[in-house]
Amino acid sequence: MTLRLWVAVVLCIGLMMTDHRHQHLADIRSAIATVMYPVQRAAHLPVEIYAWAQENLASRSDLIKINAELRRNELLVEARLEKYRELQAENRRLRRLLDSSTKVDDRVLIAELLSVDMDPFSRRILLNKGSSDGVVDGQSLIDANGIMGQIVHTSAATSTALLITDPSHALPAQVNRTGLRCIAVGTGSADTLELKHIPLNEDVRAGDLIVTSGLGGRFQPGYPVGRVLSVERDSAQSFAKVRVKPAAALERNREVLLVWPGDDNRRLPARPEDKKPKAAL
Amino acid sequence: MSFAREHGGWVILASFVVALILTALKLPEWARIWRPGWVTLVLVYWCMAVPHRVGIVVAVALGLGLDVMNGTLFGQHALALSIVAFTTHKLHRRVRVLPLWQQGVSIFLLMLVYQSPILWITGIQGTPVDVKAFWTMPLTSMLLWPWLFVVLRDMRRKYSVT
Repeated sequence: MTLRLWVAVVLCIGLMMTDHRHQHLADIRSAIATVMYPVQRAAHLPVEIYAWAQENLASRSDLIKINAELRRNELLVEARLEKYRELQAENRRLRRLLDSSTKVDDRVLIAELLSVDMDPFSRRILLNKGSSDGVVDGQSLIDANGIMGQIVHTSAATSTALLITDPSHALPAQVNRTGLRCIAVGTGSADTLELKHIPLNEDVRAGDLIVTSGLGGRFQPGYPVGRVLSVERDSAQSFAKVRVKPAAALERNREVLLVWPGDDNRRLPARPEDKKPKAAL
Repeated sequence: MSFAREHGGWVILASFVVALILTALKLPEWARIWRPGWVTLVLVYWCMAVPHRVGIVVAVALGLGLDVMNGTLFGQHALALSIVAFTTHKLHRRVRVLPLWQQGVSIFLLMLVYQSPILWITGIQGTPVDVKAFWTMPLTSMLLWPWLFVVLRDMRRKYSVT
């Protein structure tokens, strides 16, 4: 028995070290994840039944009301989309003029959240799309309002995503108003990020929009991250304490979008002559 | 540790599956640190009831499953569960004869044994840990133990798992 314990302990410590340093265990992990999938599906079942009941037991007047609201909404969205298409065309034209071919469209896939609880100390979610749907590690995750996180593990039918609020997550970002580059780090609480290493004299104000900068090549540039909640400048500290409220509804979503980057988005602006016109944009 | 040759292996398996489902069940944010350690409780029960069948091997397998489900470092829960299984094996003759509420106290201690490596490893990785969770989970597990024990014992007798 004691021997068995030592074997188990050594094995576990070995596994943890390998998992922490390298990516060799991804296959075993995804194999076990496939075995665990029915369990997680079963845990998700009550939520599914509730949603089904809500859909099927809704009264007619409710449905009519929702329908009318959706129609109104669609009109609004359609109008806004028209404007967007125009801007997109203009953007493409201008980019062609500048000879830079950043794609505006990224390929997306809608994934549904499985309502299962994971490690209470980190912010992770489980999605119902996996490697069989083409999901890969490192892919970014967005919702209608902004960036949510990135995929960290995939199995055949599911994938695990790390949210931007996880304490181990850092996101290359940019203040939209001034173009100041920064790193948005998760705090572990559901509704706050922190901008790291912002000098005290830097122009950052509450209400500023933070967007992804695309540096680092993992996240596509230009997706909203959040808005600055508060800026604390303490002259005893070397950096300002900037708190950001994430734009995405991280704890409330049921559906999310997985984004495949367009090929050119990964490339950073390399040539110096590109830089000036880009800044003017 | 082979389920096929002895009687009622599927009862053990089913109880673990139910425990895993309960572990993954969505709880409101405030209740998450109060979630009893379902898998650990069931493992401790079987380690006490049929120690020749459920032990460290089962513990490691369950732990790896938990790690994948939780998205934690591979081997983290496996380590904690194997230590719990070992401790239970060493103590099961003494704990088995205690009245239920006293068993509950032992469960509280076992849960602390389970929590320690997990919180320690989480802390090493630089994730801030809610220290309250160290005490809340053993507490709910302790309170739940007598009921769980009775249910599992009845199951064991009904399907004569030996």
